[in-house]
Amino acid sequence: MSDLWSLVFGRLTLDALPVLEIIHATNGRELASGIVGTTAAGLAVLGALYLVYALTKYHLWGPLWRDWLTSVDHKKIGIMYVVLALVMLARALAEAFVMRTQQALGDGGGGLVSNEHFAQLFSTHGTIMIFFMAMPFLTGLINYVMPLQIGSRDVAFPTMNSVSLGFTAAGAVLLMISLVLQPFSTGGWTGYPPFTEAAFNPGPGPDYWIWAVTLSGIGTTLSGINFVVTIYKFRCDGMKLMDMPLFCWTSLCTSILMIFALPPLTVATGLLALDRYLGFHMFTNDGGGNMMNFANLFWLFGHPEVYILILPAFGVYSEVFSTFSSKTLYGYTALVIATMCIAVLSFTVWVHHFFTMGQSANLNAIFGIATMLIGIPTGVKIYDWMLTMYRGRVRMAVPMVYAVAFLILFTIGGLSGILLANPSLDYVMHNTLFLVAHFHNMLIPGLLFGMLAGYTLWFPKAFGFILDPKWGYRAAYLWIAGFVFAFFPLYGLGILGMPRRMAEYFNGAWFPLTLVALLGAVMIIAAFACLCIQLYVSIKNREALAVPMGDPWDSRTLEWAVPAPAPEWNFPATPEVEGRDAFATLKEGGYDLRAPDDGYHDIEMPRNSALGPVLMVGSTAMAFGLVWYMWWLAALGAMVCFAATVACGFRRNTHRIVKAEDVKAEWEAFCALADTTPRIPRSLEQTTQNMGHASPASEEITS
Amino acid sequence: MKRLLPLFLLVLLFGGCEGRSSFLSPQGPIAAAQSQHFWYVVTVMMVVCLPVFIGVPWIILRYRYKHGRGDYSPRWHFSKPLEILVWGVPVLVVIALGIKLAHATMTLDPYKPLAGDAVEIQVIGYDWKWLFIYPEQGIATVGDLVFPADRPVSFRITSDTVMQSFFIPALGSQIYAMKGMETRLNLAATGVGEFLGENSQYSGDGFATQSFAVHAVSEEDFATWAESGKADGMPFDRTALEALQAQSTRSELLDTLGVSGESVVFTDAPPDLFTSVATDPSRMGAMQ
Ligand code: HEM
Repeated sequence: MSDLWSLVFGRLTLDALPVLEIIHATNGRELASGIVGTTAAGLAVLGALYLVYALTKYHLWGPLWRDWLTSVDHKKIGIMYVVLALVMLARALAEAFVMRTQQALGDGGGGLVSNEHFAQLFSTHGTIMIFFMAMPFLTGLINYVMPLQIGSRDVAFPTMNSVSLGFTAAGAVLLMISLVLQPFSTGGWTGYPPFTEAAFNPGPGPDYWIWAVTLSGIGTTLSGINFVVTIYKFRCDGMKLMDMPLFCWTSLCTSILMIFALPPLTVATGLLALDRYLGFHMFTNDGGGNMMNFANLFWLFGHPEVYILILPAFGVYSEVFSTFSSKTLYGYTALVIATMCIAVLSFTVWVHHFFTMGQSANLNAIFGIATMLIGIPTGVKIYDWMLTMYRGRVRMAVPMVYAVAFLILFTIGGLSGILLANPSLDYVMHNTLFLVAHFHNMLIPGLLFGMLAGYTLWFPKAFGFILDPKWGYRAAYLWIAGFVFAFFPLYGLGILGMPRRMAEYFNGAWFPLTLVALLGAVMIIAAFACLCIQLYVSIKNREALAVPMGDPWDSRTLEWAVPAPAPEWNFPATPEVEGRDAFATLKEGGYDLRAPDDGYHDIEMPRNSALGPVLMVGSTAMAFGLVWYMWWLAALGAMVCFAATVACGFRRNTHRIVKAEDVKAEWEAFCALADTTPRIPRSLEQTTQNMGHASPASEEITS
Repeated sequence: MKRLLPLFLLVLLFGGCEGRSSFLSPQGPIAAAQSQHFWYVVTVMMVVCLPVFIGVPWIILRYRYKHGRGDYSPRWHFSKPLEILVWGVPVLVVIALGIKLAHATMTLDPYKPLAGDAVEIQVIGYDWKWLFIYPEQGIATVGDLVFPADRPVSFRITSDTVMQSFFIPALGSQIYAMKGMETRLNLAATGVGEFLGENSQYSGDGFATQSFAVHAVSEEDFATWAESGKADGMPFDRTALEALQAQSTRSELLDTLGVSGESVVFTDAPPDLFTSVATDPSRMGAMQ
């Protein structure tokens, strides 16, 4: 019987269910921990069941498959990435809240979750936030926006784009499964061996981490290749590299980083997998293994990774500052050079993540100085954004609230970063909450606010209506205040010597600040709730909030030249542009909203492909099989992936034609609508009168 | 927004009040230099930070959309003097900070011995407790780290399990402890005192309890303490070694050894214990 069981289920037993923690609880804290874990798992299962139920009830399986999952349209893939990011954000925020509660209660060893459970929480929180929230979010925005901004119809390899999404989603699914069939790794988002080696953690936890991260890494590498080729090869006529919107530049640099930075991660997790599955000695304590090699490989990826995360946000901010100041970007060339400098320098600083590993002072000094050098181009960017607002007309719309908060808060994060760049200071702040405060200070005002600003900015382009501003402001202010309360105390705690990743502590001096941080976490949860309400309210009022003319913010770049939501083929004919701020130039000359110069033509669009979703299912099955030693499932999953990929190579009928008449009809209706839609001044921008038809700012502002 | 800066500084100052575990109220020369360096960086950084903290509110007020003053020039996108300033000032700041960085990294190198006749203490990290071996005194302890306040301490550090990080915040630097390898740390206290010592690298379930009490005492007290340890301590036998190597917290270890209190002193430490943990026989070449 047990032989049969293990043949089918590998090492998966009922012990994997989180309820068991309740049953085996020996004290109050373990009981609470079990309840928290079971509730989380229950929510995940209920959510999945509800989704299945709703899809069945409203007969949505067909549309879901045809219009979304198998779609290779860059816009739909972009939206699916962002949806994935928001779902994962909800989970990771809930985990952050539990961690903050635990630390506020953990003085003297009390609390809500056990040490082991807390360790899983920081590991999943970190892994999700980086790989399954931030990465999908920025990949989604790039996917949606970048092809439109360069006047292209799609990315270079549409099917591969869907495959990238499939791999990323597979990793995310694996993480969601680990909530129900526990445990996940306790090794943090960095997964340092030897702790994650079989000698110390033989269970499935580290394997979940390895495969989730590896899958997402493969997806990201493919995305990077796709974006780079798109930007090099698919720009419309007249758009020189130095004319691209800054968001495209940051997308380009991020994609280059993705291509070069992700392979070391895949190698590191691959070698760790060899250790764990086949008894190699890469990073083990014995047999000549050396964990320092893992640290080097991991951060060879990890440091460029944080710039992969931040650069697209910089791109969003560049668009936001320029749009909401009604002014062209200050110092475009400098911003491009600075972005490139950051991208190159990001590969030269990885050692600063382990100054305390015992290498020589000379080496540390060199890497410390290299780290500080990154501060120069970053500082230049901050000043350039300020100078973009200078001599403009600054409208504090919701994206701008995030952007202005970013300028101030990010500067504080930069200050703490420069402090940590000093090896001799890092010696006293490494591994403390000061470091946790520093990187959240970069990631929340930097990355997350940028993503939320971009979400607010481009939402109307994707769905045809703007997001309700009232709830938008509430969310933004709560995010800002919540961040300040949740993380500034952590600087203090770090200086008081409190290590990171600590579930309980025995030093009363740390208690008050953990309480303040909990308050901040409450505000952040409220902020996220406001975002959900905002979405709900906006969908309900979508008629009133509609902006069919597609230019709600009087913007300057090409994506705003088309209706909202953007038509499947993006542009009736590939645009021809001149200079920067292509759409602003068109508007000034009155050349927007025109029929294409040489008439309408048939448009060839890629057909749907099932490869992405099939690979997603196949690779999830393979990874799940590997985690639990269900070898048949792993083999089956691998075979499905292989067979589907080969079969895809035999497809011949890969494109379909959109008829010129249809394009013409749709575009002429759009132009006709323009004649009847009033242009509105910027003062009415965030009202229901905004139909997406902007009157030029220069007419309004006379100074 | 401008209010955030004082708030931030307040948090930092608040951090400075607490004694036992913060380098900003330093208890030793290393931490003192680090604290001074910290404030140096914060001050110099104000050259580039203050323009942002002041400039951003000023710009969004002066150039606001409704009732904004100041001229509006939507095409203005470059100014040579500003460009020089925007690149030049950060470059100068990084030069000022970089020189200090290089200097501090050399002088505060944890491997660099401090002036004076140092006490050698060997440190072995176990799950989840530290063993301190005093080769000169011939004793070893768990839970208490005692040393004479007027002499520097030279730590030789390794781990018999996963990677850990040996850290006494009030005295300054930390350094990783890794199996099969030896790392070094040189610290000193400015006077008699009690500080918090910890492991700052997550290492499993008992991680949070892996702290120890650091006592900097007078030379005489140290001698008395070492002698009484030698006389009244526990023998370091097989049972003790196995108990240390087992995954257990310090208090579980003490229970196993039948010791009451927070710490234990062993009368004799195997002289080659440290080297045997700190070297990996399968690594052929010489590794530090
Ligand atoms: C928005 C509210 C957030 C809160 C309240 C929060 C809270 C926390 C907490 C309490 C920890 C554990 C700290 C410790 O080690 O003691 C943590 C770790 C971490 N967080 Fe967040 N976080 C938030 C957002 C984010 C975001 C947006 C990201 C990344 C995009 C992120 C990435 C991480 C990472 C990488 C870790 C380290 C995990 C590890 O130790 O391996 N967090 N966070």
